[in-house]
Amino acid sequence: MGAAQTAANSSTSPDVPGNAPQARQRPLPGTSAGVLQENAVGPQEAVQLLDEHGNAHHDDTFSPFVDGLDAETLRGFYRDMAVVRRFDAEATALQRQGELALWVPVVGQEAAQIGSGRAMNPADYAFPTYREHGVALTRGLELSNLLKLFRGISNGGWDPRECNFHLYTLVLAAQTPHAVGYAMGIQRDLAADPATEPAAVVAYFGDGSSSEGDVHESMVFAASYNAPVVFFCQNNNWAISVPFEVQSKIPLVNRAAGYGIPGIRVDGNDVLAVYAVTQWALEHARNGHGPVLIEASTYRVGAHTTADDPTKYRMMAEEEAWKAKDPLQRLETHLRAQNLADDAFFEQVTADGNELAARVRSETLAMGGADIRQKFATVYSEAHPLVAEELAWFERYEASFADAEPQNPGGAA
Amino acid sequence: MSTMTIAKAINEGLRATLAKDPKSFLMGEDIGSLGGVYRVTEGLKKEFGAHRVMDTPLAESGIVGTAIGMALRGHRPICEIQFDGFVFPAFNQITTQLAKIHTRSDGQLSAPVVIRIPYGGGIGSIEHHSESPEALFAHTPGLRIITPSNANDAYWMIQQAVECKDPVIFFEPKRRYWLKGEVDTENSPGDPFKAHVLREGSDATLVAYGPLVPVALAAANAAAEDGHSVEVIDLRSISPIDFDTVEASVNKTGRLVVAHEAPTFGGIGGEIASRISERCFYSLEAPAIRVGGFHMPYPVARVEEHYLPDIDRMLEALDRAFAY
Repeated sequence: MGAAQTAANSSTSPDVPGNAPQARQRPLPGTSAGVLQENAVGPQEAVQLLDEHGNAHHDDTFSPFVDGLDAETLRGFYRDMAVVRRFDAEATALQRQGELALWVPVVGQEAAQIGSGRAMNPADYAFPTYREHGVALTRGLELSNLLKLFRGISNGGWDPRECNFHLYTLVLAAQTPHAVGYAMGIQRDLAADPATEPAAVVAYFGDGSSSEGDVHESMVFAASYNAPVVFFCQNNNWAISVPFEVQSKIPLVNRAAGYGIPGIRVDGNDVLAVYAVTQWALEHARNGHGPVLIEASTYRVGAHTTADDPTKYRMMAEEEAWKAKDPLQRLETHLRAQNLADDAFFEQVTADGNELAARVRSETLAMGGADIRQKFATVYSEAHPLVAEELAWFERYEASFADAEPQNPGGAA
Repeated sequence: MSTMTIAKAINEGLRATLAKDPKSFLMGEDIGSLGGVYRVTEGLKKEFGAHRVMDTPLAESGIVGTAIGMALRGHRPICEIQFDGFVFPAFNQITTQLAKIHTRSDGQLSAPVVIRIPYGGGIGSIEHHSESPEALFAHTPGLRIITPSNANDAYWMIQQAVECKDPVIFFEPKRRYWLKGEVDTENSPGDPFKAHVLREGSDATLVAYGPLVPVALAAANAAAEDGHSVEVIDLRSISPIDFDTVEASVNKTGRLVVAHEAPTFGGIGGEIASRISERCFYSLEAPAIRVGGFHMPYPVARVEEHYLPDIDRMLEALDRAFAY
């Protein structure tokens, strides 16, 4: 009798409506995928090119996308993942020190993000959730910009057109139809001008937001219009405190069949496999073959946010089991075994991460405040009499304190 | 100059937009081959092609959400929501995404999406087909909301909505779709966000918009028979509201009545009454009075005549104002 059946026989049966599966009765990681496959509509072995011990595996379809990668590129994957992990630790520290209102840790998901982000071309466009710090790095965004949102300075923080990396979206799944629409816009541009550079869009979302209607509607639109969009789901197994089994009884990749689009399940902690499948999907989309759904199986090793407490809802053993599948460790093992990187390289990566962290810290502390006048100025693109009237009142009100201490309504640091 | 219905005027306005702006296109449910359930887009797919007049999947959030993405890519989507009561699946995309993208990007991005919504009652229809949700959107900063009451405005304002860099919700007074009027296709009536004084008067100001404008004009005619000179203002824009035009009128007349089909509680009339009481306190001879729907979900068709403000309800409100 498997762990899942044990859970079903308990007093808190998942079959009782409204009675969610209990975290403590979940099957241990490594068995859950097998249990889920009892309900799967097809074979859903995750694509894996580098296992958790750092051993390489061959896949006829996907290995060609990584077989030709040179040592520098492979080391670059490691460097990106390590640097983002260091950045993430620094941002968490900044939050703990009161410099950020909140932080959203990415630790554990580095391979899913670096692999998919590095697969994109400059002309491709990414629509992130709010945890895509690794993707941001691959798009060339200055990472301190990500902290403006969490420091209460901007609800955006960068010009998305500079790196083709859209603003973070906090309303779950709301960005997925935007990604599809952007992809439909690319189609229109190609139709109007064949010289337009072919491009695809990556819509990031998670296992939690897969339950949102916007994901469904996005996939319907994308499939109906054959839009060049890759739906990249990082299934990190937890939507804050709710386990994946509450979102879906089958692997999410199986939903692709319902939309008539290809679905690929990939080991989200294997940066090479993620890179390969995303390359495949982007080429598929760019070549006019339509959307693809990728489900990257990974794990949110840290808390949902710095306000979260995973000890209240999940087992340490589960976390430890996933830490053994760490995306950085397996690539390090592989690089060392293949003599593609030495101690000096890894020491340099550590130094680079520390340097980035120090720079992000100093840039964050130097950000200054926000200006409410800039907020008045950006409600509308064109002049608006109500905004003008309220701004004029605000200026008079502020001026009435002219004799008092200097005030800064934006609360500059 | 030519005579046409409001529906035809919107159709002609859309045709003009599609012809002059290659980035513009229509998207919505049943708007292509069928020409929309009210035939407002009739003939446009045949003339401009399926890629300019897109029949979409039946998903309102998907319509507005993908429109946002296409606008971010530089295109000009004009969405149709089939009925007022069906806009709510898209409410999240409109209020949390579309309305905020400009400010969230610190002014760097714009999403000039136009959303056409037939609204209002009086057509004897079934549930969810007769509502007036404009206040819900007017309460959302970042959106602009306009509504024509006549064919000429309909022809011009839909084109101006598409030209605007901000998102615009274009509420179409569905029970007036077949109201005919003169359309001057050469000369624009000007700023779509300005109110128009349709009838001058000296004793009271009656403000209305969309489907109630003809009712307000009729009420003013009836009041004139009783010796009252009523000024009628067609608001045209619900966000922003042209308070200056209303203020100038009320400073002249001393009395204000505002009428709309939507429930009065939390409605546009309350906002106008409040602002005008601040601006015109010393000119007012009476409190501002609202005429509108009751605090109930839009009722069944058999009783909607009791729900909708009509000439007599407006006259009763004017009488109350004159009683002070």
